[in-house]
Amino acid sequence: MTVVFQRPVTLSEKGTHYCPGCTYGIIHRMIAQAIDELGVAGRTVGVASVGCTVLAYDYLECDFLQASHGRAPAVATGIKRVRPDAIVFTLQGDGDLAAIGMAEIVHAAARGENFTVFFLNNTIYGMTGGQMAPTTLVGQKSTTTPGGRQAARAGRPIRVSEMLATLDGPAYIERVAVDRPANALKAMKAIRKALKLQVDGVGFSLVECLSACPTNWGLTPGEALQRVGRELIPYYPLGVYKDVTAKAGPDEDQTPNGGDRP
Amino acid sequence: MNAEKVLMKGNEAIAEAALRAGCRFYAGYPITPQNEIPEYMSANIFDAGGQFIQAESEVAAINMVFGAAAAGARAMTTSSSPGISLKQEGISYLAGAELPAVIINMVRGGPGLGGIQPAQSDYFQATKGGGHGDYHLLVFAGESVQEMVDLVGLAFQKADEYRSPVLLLGDAVLGQIMEPVALPEPVREEEMPPKPWATVGTGGKRSKNVITSLRLHPELLEEHNLKLMEKWRRMQANEQRSVSYRLEDASLALVAYGSAARICRRAVDLARQEGIQAGLLRPVSLWPFPERAFRETADRVDAFLVVELSLGQMVEDVRLATNCVKPVSFFGRTGGVVPTPAEVLDEIRKADPGTGAAPGVQSTRPGGCCR
Amino acid sequence: MIGRVVFDRERCKGCEICVLVCPRKIIALDQERNEHGYRPAMITDEEKCTGCAICAQMCPDCVIQVFRETGAAAAGRSKEDAKGELHA
Repeated sequence: MTVVFQRPVTLSEKGTHYCPGCTYGIIHRMIAQAIDELGVAGRTVGVASVGCTVLAYDYLECDFLQASHGRAPAVATGIKRVRPDAIVFTLQGDGDLAAIGMAEIVHAAARGENFTVFFLNNTIYGMTGGQMAPTTLVGQKSTTTPGGRQAARAGRPIRVSEMLATLDGPAYIERVAVDRPANALKAMKAIRKALKLQVDGVGFSLVECLSACPTNWGLTPGEALQRVGRELIPYYPLGVYKDVTAKAGPDEDQTPNGGDRP
Repeated sequence: MNAEKVLMKGNEAIAEAALRAGCRFYAGYPITPQNEIPEYMSANIFDAGGQFIQAESEVAAINMVFGAAAAGARAMTTSSSPGISLKQEGISYLAGAELPAVIINMVRGGPGLGGIQPAQSDYFQATKGGGHGDYHLLVFAGESVQEMVDLVGLAFQKADEYRSPVLLLGDAVLGQIMEPVALPEPVREEEMPPKPWATVGTGGKRSKNVITSLRLHPELLEEHNLKLMEKWRRMQANEQRSVSYRLEDASLALVAYGSAARICRRAVDLARQEGIQAGLLRPVSLWPFPERAFRETADRVDAFLVVELSLGQMVEDVRLATNCVKPVSFFGRTGGVVPTPAEVLDEIRKADPGTGAAPGVQSTRPGGCCR
Repeated sequence: MIGRVVFDRERCKGCEICVLVCPRKIIALDQERNEHGYRPAMITDEEKCTGCAICAQMCPDCVIQVFRETGAAAAGRSKEDAKGELHA
């Protein structure tokens, strides 16, 4: 009997507080899996932010800090500058990163700080009950845009990956999604690549992961995943936006944990 | 202590003192009148094996200090009044997460953008919270470049000892003047306490360290606050510091800190020449307020005259500490205006218990039980 | 190849993502609820499981462990035996 899939060692036993169908859990597991594969758990320091990831330090077995809202890239900068051998990552939602934390993420990226940002974009404020986020789509309902976001009143959503890719500082920026198995495999690849680049000292990496928030979207988990594909991906296209390591030919294909391709 | 003295500008001496105290991470943002500190750090900390970042804002800077402190480094940020306002959330987080750090405020006139001249109008911000939540900072204030240099070393030491942020109050005068200063010997690695709680990676050898100020269960948060309160109690018991000048036979005790104290010292000498028995009680720790010294002094003098570069903030703590057993009057200039010794002498004459005259400028803040 | 899956009933939040993504459509929610009040996912016909692990990889709560029987050992094994063996 071979093991095809089991819980990564770096993922804690403790169950998460995330809602049923919240894709944060998938991303946590992928990060834990990548840490296990790279063998860096003993060197890793995670930075949880304010939002649904606030309790992330209970879900991953590595040293962890809890940063104030929006400031995780600054906190991570402090850690990495003092301990350059540590593998440092942040977990940030769209409010944390793209609203209050916009200055910190832009400048950490511009400085090319050698840590990894996992940007969990679910187009809404989850923890606080469903308010508009900088990435909420026009027409999308939220508790602070009850009739649907109007561009005239609330502006238009921000495409973070594209924006940061205009900077010379970052080394690797990719947008992924976990709405269906094929995309989830690419997400795993991106997460692994981002952490590997940090291990190799290449520079700043950011993986923007389009996520579902069934509770605040008012959808079932299945419907929420479908919304990611139907509404989010067209506005936030998946793909690599910056890669200083990109070669002319196709990347080496890495299939995680065996498993049939769908 | 290195006996040789060097003529140095206050801000630069403070930066050099921090390096010698083992500071290996500095993050700051330009703001007058403290810019020489980040500039000096940018020129010198890398050679010392440290890191300097000019952060995108004072908010980012305090959070970088949070990260660096969590990773075990002696970390510092400096700013001036408006920038210190921006740091308040970060300072509250440092206190709640029990991280050592040094923050220096070279105070300027406020409120708002205010002015760039010296002031002492951030006393409330420094000692009565500033940030949210039940916490206290150790707050020290020096009156000379030498004393600020000495207090920087003390600040790093106490920050590590208590696992708590320490605030130094200076002002534009202290930052900009040049005075002879004896610089301390650099602190050696072995002299610094180990930090087993730091988040540096488990190394596979221990369970994970989690540094957080979040405790969602009220009972746990209360328990944490009570644990922190023990720290504040130890600070109150052990860290009260003050210096007296010609107080032994004084009938009128002036009370001032920082640059105001320098002016008051001169005014005391002038008053003595006129036969007024004036003296000076100068707090060096603003939190904990040196209550013991004030209670003891209140028994011996007939009145207090508090002099601040503000509308009157420390005067309230003088009244609290002395329980108003003797009259406490106030004189202040604000907005960056610095009074002369002659002006203070004028107030001394008015406040002199010998003549029984009424004091001059009153504190505009309500409350207080005496003149 | 034959797949074997183990569902951690108490960890499951009944989100049904695994139900939706299973290519063989052999996962469903149990009628009986777990301690947290959720109806946990369970396999309905393990003989059809190929061990593709798509369910496990899409599960937000890491509820599912997936194994594959290999070679001759696959023949004639009972379900109970399969669940007990955890050799890598």
